[in-house]
Amino acid sequence: MSRARADEDEYWHSSKCRAFTFDDDDDELCQLKESKRAVNSLRDIVDDDDDLERVSWSGEPVGSISWSIKETASSSISPPEGSLQKGSSSYAALPKQASSYSLSSFFKGRNKLGSFQSLSDALSDAGVKSYAPELRRPKADYKDYSSDWSPKDTIRRMQRGKVCSLERFRSLQEKLMLLDEAVAVHDGNVITAVLIFLKRTLKKEILFHELEVRQVALRHLIHFLRESGEQKLLLDLFRFLDRTEEVALSQYREHLNIQDADKRKEFLKGCIGLPFSAEDAAHVQDHYTLLERQIIIEANDRHVESSGQSEVFRKYPRKALILNMPLVTTLFYSCFYHYTEAEGTFSSPTNLKKTFKIPDKQYVLTALAARAKLRAWHDVDALFTTKNWLGYTKKRAPIGFHRVVEVLQRNNAPVQVLQEYVRLVEDVDIRLNLATKYKCHDVVIDTYRDLKDRIQLLAYRCKVERGSSEEDKIDSILSNSQIRWKN
Amino acid sequence: MRSRGGRAGVTWPDLTALREAGRRELREFLDKCAGSKAIVWDEYLTGPFGLIAQYSLLKEHEVEKMFTLKPGRLPAADVKNIIFFVRPKLELMDIITENILSEDRGRSPQRDFHILFVPRRSLLCEQWLKDQGVLGSFIHKEQYSLDLIPFDGDLLSMESESAFKECYLESDQTSLYHAAKGLMTLQALYGTIPQIFGKGECARHVANMMIRMKREFPGSQNSIFPVFDTLLLLDRNVDLLTPLATQLTYEGLIDEIYGIQNTYVKLPPEKFAPKKQGEGGKDLPTEPKKLQLNSAEELYAEIRDKNFNAVGSVLSKKAKVISAAFEERHHAKTVGEIKQFVSQLPHMQAARSSLANHTSIAELIKDITTSEDFFDNLTVEQEFMSGIDTDKVNNYVEDCIAQKHPLIKILRLVCLQSVCNSGLKQKVLDHYKREIIQTYGYEHILTLNNLEKAGLLKPQTSGRNNYPTIRKTLRLWMDDVNEQNPNDISYVYSGYAPLSVRLAQLLARPGWRSIEEVLKMLPGPHFEERQQLPTGLQKKRQHGENRVTLVFFLGGVTYAEIAALRFLSQMEDGGTEYVIATTKLINGTSWIKSLMEKLEPAPF
Repeated sequence: MSRARADEDEYWHSSKCRAFTFDDDDDELCQLKESKRAVNSLRDIVDDDDDLERVSWSGEPVGSISWSIKETASSSISPPEGSLQKGSSSYAALPKQASSYSLSSFFKGRNKLGSFQSLSDALSDAGVKSYAPELRRPKADYKDYSSDWSPKDTIRRMQRGKVCSLERFRSLQEKLMLLDEAVAVHDGNVITAVLIFLKRTLKKEILFHELEVRQVALRHLIHFLRESGEQKLLLDLFRFLDRTEEVALSQYREHLNIQDADKRKEFLKGCIGLPFSAEDAAHVQDHYTLLERQIIIEANDRHVESSGQSEVFRKYPRKALILNMPLVTTLFYSCFYHYTEAEGTFSSPTNLKKTFKIPDKQYVLTALAARAKLRAWHDVDALFTTKNWLGYTKKRAPIGFHRVVEVLQRNNAPVQVLQEYVRLVEDVDIRLNLATKYKCHDVVIDTYRDLKDRIQLLAYRCKVERGSSEEDKIDSILSNSQIRWKN
Repeated sequence: MRSRGGRAGVTWPDLTALREAGRRELREFLDKCAGSKAIVWDEYLTGPFGLIAQYSLLKEHEVEKMFTLKPGRLPAADVKNIIFFVRPKLELMDIITENILSEDRGRSPQRDFHILFVPRRSLLCEQWLKDQGVLGSFIHKEQYSLDLIPFDGDLLSMESESAFKECYLESDQTSLYHAAKGLMTLQALYGTIPQIFGKGECARHVANMMIRMKREFPGSQNSIFPVFDTLLLLDRNVDLLTPLATQLTYEGLIDEIYGIQNTYVKLPPEKFAPKKQGEGGKDLPTEPKKLQLNSAEELYAEIRDKNFNAVGSVLSKKAKVISAAFEERHHAKTVGEIKQFVSQLPHMQAARSSLANHTSIAELIKDITTSEDFFDNLTVEQEFMSGIDTDKVNNYVEDCIAQKHPLIKILRLVCLQSVCNSGLKQKVLDHYKREIIQTYGYEHILTLNNLEKAGLLKPQTSGRNNYPTIRKTLRLWMDDVNEQNPNDISYVYSGYAPLSVRLAQLLARPGWRSIEEVLKMLPGPHFEERQQLPTGLQKKRQHGENRVTLVFFLGGVTYAEIAALRFLSQMEDGGTEYVIATTKLINGTSWIKSLMEKLEPAPF
């Protein structure tokens, strides 16, 4: 696409599909609309067929399933014309008038079940667990039930979704045959079902041991334990298999389920010694340290903010807690609210930089964004000023001055400030480009002068305001006989 | 000769037979639950079901109410049966449990509960329900094997969103089992496929399962004349590169930017304000505009697979044609002529609104493709794919991280770089990882580990970069790409020819033997199997008749790849027509997302 951009631009700019706009005040198309109305009204009377699908505004075709969920759900609250809000019905539902189905259908339903135990009867016994009236299982499931199927037959039946009792398989050998059969048919559903049975009836060590040589089944067990949240058994399994890194990651993952910051911190502390890979270990350590910091900063800043003593907090009230924010966001926060603090405090930017070994580039970029947002141009200046041993100052930016300019521009820096940094962009083309884009006239003019490019300078003269100081400047340069123009 | 599915005049082997079979199964289940019913939907399923049946079908079978599944109490509804339509997921079982336990105890008469698992019953879920003490409340527990859903005349999808993750990260082969099942169903309806080719571990598994299933159900030997000549099974991890690149076809871009779900797309409403007279016109709609996109729409069929840069000219040509057609009415003098004109109106009307919609969509997309950032991003992608500077830290990627662009965008680029370099140098990889977790949060260690396991982001272990050899042999990068009148599949990515489709193309001609070396560099085995046909069913090919190949992408396929295959089908001397099947329609974003650790608590 890159290559054809010019062509494309040409097309869109030249035609922009103007031949066919659908504006109301387009005379030619008024008739078109009339015919549209005609067609629409015709359609109401005549056709009801499917090929001209009717569509509600939301685009859901009338009669589609997702459309109907809204329609029928809403009608259950207020029969005639309910709100279209999906499912808003649920709770304060007014039941419609009496039931419409006959008593006979009611009984028919019951007879089929072969049980008169109703849901309410069962639920009135307090224990939820005890309520498992398998009695209500349809008879069909028991049809052609036999108790002496081989493992192979059993698996076949399970594959077809039939009920099978696995309890008959008592010996380890039988159980393993069952598992091997399940694996052989590649049916994850059946494999998992057999695994649940084995998990219940075999000792952990034996199960793990047997799975070690049955990789497919093993992966299914891992997936199943993860799905069902059996963290402890999963960790045992990983330990048994000596998959230590997975133990570590799997445990670390748990922190996401802990909402309370202090508890999460304690949990992370417990993760530190786990057998992560070398880099991950360092990251987890940092994660803990960062959260620990954030908790301290948060407590402190909440206090400062509510006391109303700090100007920056008064002027820019915090929008969110700093807890659980990424490192770079935390650094930004600290550059914003705690920029001048001594290195000794936990919230000072320099302390963060040191503790987390934040690279120079990253640090400068973040500090720049924070100070620019506060319009603290003096701080911005100081960020890039270095003194050499003779005491001379020099401007230096590890991220390149073009990026400094972009950050400043995004924060609406005034032209005077912007100009200073545009001037420092080394690459001439980029400098000219930025200077023109952000109207830093002085920089443009000086650059053309240095390039001895009279033609460009003349052209630029037309772009600046009449009678402005920029125009004067250009004129005086153009009339300077010292310059040897290249054109 | 047959014309293609997905094109104007759809006469391609009717995938509707598949839809009919689906409807029949649905009706049979509904009739098992006698009396009035309400369906409680797992919301994810409504889209795929919508491609099989309309509400009217359900209504004919006494479905009076429909709700979405959510925690708490079930809505009141005076029906005899409550049926849950759900995927076999444990978190959904928890919601159902809550629904059932909070059912009004004094309620009379009682409502009967049923559960329909899609696409398969899960013994795990049933065990789960049993442990919660509610399994006994269900009278019918059944499965509805919605394996392959027809999305278009030439496209089938299982819409199994986690298939890639399960196959390649967790090595759970359940979705492969479903794929094999789906292929068996397909063969029952369209005849045994005589030739099977494949590349990759999962492809091998699926082929094995198919052969085994066939052996075990000898009755499945059918007497239908085979519609498909060849089945090509491809693992997604054979080509990890393609989905990471930004698709540049019209449909691909719509999907990249707005996301197409079950053939529907939701668009910002501003450009679609209804301009009816007498309707104030002031209050703009705030709800997104939802449109269905498929080849039944003539204009869309024409432009969906074009490079976006070629779409504008088609639209403006169409505009002229339609304007001219409406002009015709001035020349209609006699009653006969007027009648003639009026009879064409509905068609013209449809064409007009179709054009209006696509003009608006094209404008929306154009706003994005002409943005500086889109251009920069694309430039970097193209550099990586053509092999430039893949072995060092990329400035643009660093800038994006510094400006905190969406994480998925960063991950797509970094993974792309890794794949195009057969893994990153350890130092480069560590640098990216560090920047990512410091900027986006330490918890992303988990996501990075997942990407590494899936092979998308990894250190270069062998010390050798195979990508240049693969690129050159398979001609993955074409410098002279023609977007308007393409002569090669590389037009779909404006220069990059999708590896997966190249494999399909080379298989048809001259055959994989010519690329043995490269096939060995790509992961997993490649193989060929034959399924015997009774002599009566063997095809005697007429001269000039095209072969039909079914390409099955295990782990997902992008719209751009589909476009490339359709392009091959249409080549004058191609000789092969393609039908596409997949576990899921994906793009780089949805794909990476499926591999990310879920960092927020579940929506329920």
